Amino acid sequence: MAKYLAKRIFYLLLTLFIVITVTFFMMKLLPGTPLTNQAKLSPQEQHLILKQYGLTKPVWQQYLLYVVGIFHGNFGTSFQFSDQPVSYLISSRIGPSLLLGAQAMIIGVLPGILFGALGAINKNTWIDSGTTIISILGISIPSFVLAVLLQYYVGLKLGWFPIADWGGFSYTVLPTLALAASPFADTARFIRTEMVDVLNSDYIELATAKGMSKWGVIYHHALRNSLIPVVTIIGPLAVNIMTGSMVIENIFSVPGIGEQFVKSILTNDYPTIMAVTIVYSVMLMVVLLLTDIVYGIIDPRIRLTGNSN
Amino acid sequence: MADQIKLPADSFEPVDKSAHLDSEKIAAPNLTFLQDAWRRLRKNKSAVIAMTILILFFLAAFGSAIISPHNPNAVNPQFANLPPKWPGVDINGLNGTLNQAGSRVNAYAQAHAGSHVYWLGTDYLGRDLLSRILYGTRISLTVAVIATAVDLLFGVTFGLFSGWQGGRIDNFMQRLIEIIMSIPQLVVVVLLILVLKPGMMSITIAIAFSSWTTMARLIRAQTLELKEQEYVLAARTLGESSVKIAFKHLLPNLSSIIIIQTMFTIPSAIFFEAFLSYIGIGISSPQASLGTLLNDGQKNFQFLPYQMWYPAIVLSVIMIAFNVFADGLRDAFDPQTKE
Repeated sequence: MAKYLAKRIFYLLLTLFIVITVTFFMMKLLPGTPLTNQAKLSPQEQHLILKQYGLTKPVWQQYLLYVVGIFHGNFGTSFQFSDQPVSYLISSRIGPSLLLGAQAMIIGVLPGILFGALGAINKNTWIDSGTTIISILGISIPSFVLAVLLQYYVGLKLGWFPIADWGGFSYTVLPTLALAASPFADTARFIRTEMVDVLNSDYIELATAKGMSKWGVIYHHALRNSLIPVVTIIGPLAVNIMTGSMVIENIFSVPGIGEQFVKSILTNDYPTIMAVTIVYSVMLMVVLLLTDIVYGIIDPRIRLTGNSN
Repeated sequence: MADQIKLPADSFEPVDKSAHLDSEKIAAPNLTFLQDAWRRLRKNKSAVIAMTILILFFLAAFGSAIISPHNPNAVNPQFANLPPKWPGVDINGLNGTLNQAGSRVNAYAQAHAGSHVYWLGTDYLGRDLLSRILYGTRISLTVAVIATAVDLLFGVTFGLFSGWQGGRIDNFMQRLIEIIMSIPQLVVVVLLILVLKPGMMSITIAIAFSSWTTMARLIRAQTLELKEQEYVLAARTLGESSVKIAFKHLLPNLSSIIIIQTMFTIPSAIFFEAFLSYIGIGISSPQASLGTLLNDGQKNFQFLPYQMWYPAIVLSVIMIAFNVFADGLRDAFDPQTKE
């Protein structure tokens, strides 16, 4: 276990290093400077501003400084907001994003499990068709369309929840729902397939044959065994939520890092783009590592050894 | 033994052998793998409906130059924001009237556009929404199909090579995929688009570049299994080259996975294109894609909801149809999962 962990963490750091390097040099390929009014500035003034951002040094020195800086929690200075360190921008904005993401994950996965199980138990009946239709809709309707519809009909027309901005819990309801649709549908489909498989297996037949009640079989054997693989899709679901959060946060004006990312892209704020890229990658890598470890713990059939399987 | 029965030879009649032989005969023609899958697919009603819808959308989108009633980029400021009008239909929402201050007003009369017909209305620059949706669907579908084709080519080659080689090379290639997969796909796409400059071409490349890993993994896992099969061993013993084995033995056996995965990749590519255009780094005007139309429509949603509803419906229907069709294909190619 310790060996496995050490290996995984080594790969995690290697990946992180590659991500940092690639994003750094990609950003260097792009035109654009922190100067907003280049034509009006004298060369000396331009030089001074560039020097302030550390852009006058050779690229390799900038790179080394950047890497060293990251390990000290320094992501440079934002081009967009003058004198604002990027690390501050991110640390002040990551809270809402994490909260929304966690809520969406819970709101999506738990009902998804219920729906998928219902579909599998009542296979080839109208309940199955109903849950399948709902999950196909959830997968197919883009989250940003759903967000606008929720915002207008539930937020504005019905007036149940605030339509934008960030405050207490009620402000998180609509963005969470919009974000949760895709994990919900994915989980429901996944559980249905898993459970149909499990329900066909020998141990279910044995449990039924020894006289266990239908719901006893479903709860003790079928559901539990189909739940284990759900852990493996948490990673992909997290990616979905991160992707969704960029546009959902924008629609609902949530001060999160997704909204910041889109803003930075549109204003060519390279230090912020780089930092958010790194933060997103770290979050995904940690989720993937955690799910692998949890999977090994809850399913003794899986051995956490060096094997790539 | 005295009363032996004497039977003359002609009291026997030869049995018609042909009837007997036929009992073993297989009446139905031999079905190839694809024919068999097609037979199963045809039985799946929802998949057939989805396929029909997709064919219609493809025809409409790629025939947009012929069937679209107006020039999608022609700006007519005097006819801006006209609601949908269906000739001869008098239902609110389709008769060219708008809800203004509590009463319905004929927007066409107000704009002196009496004889003009805009089936789905016009946008804020007076461009015909129906034509824009048709052209937009074409761009969305083109981007998705080309991106998927590139993804397919690259993913299948990578997966085949990795699985076939095994050992160190495989290990290295798998680590590479793991690294790529631990960066959120959208972030990769965004970075690539920033470097390549927004446009149709760079979106296609970015989507293809970031989505091939799933295909590569599936193909590699299957190749690892297939290469242990006896027919592969036989082919190797007979001295077939690796390339020939890949094309003649592995690819046909991988085809169902490839087709199913492709069908799931296309809707996700459509989604990505729409997503990028929606946040403003995708297709740039005056070109339209479903994403840019949604973005334009969303700004006026409160007052002119049709400008967002129609592109949203088209996008959702295409996505639903692709997903249902892909589900149907999966069941058709792999009947075990359905049982």
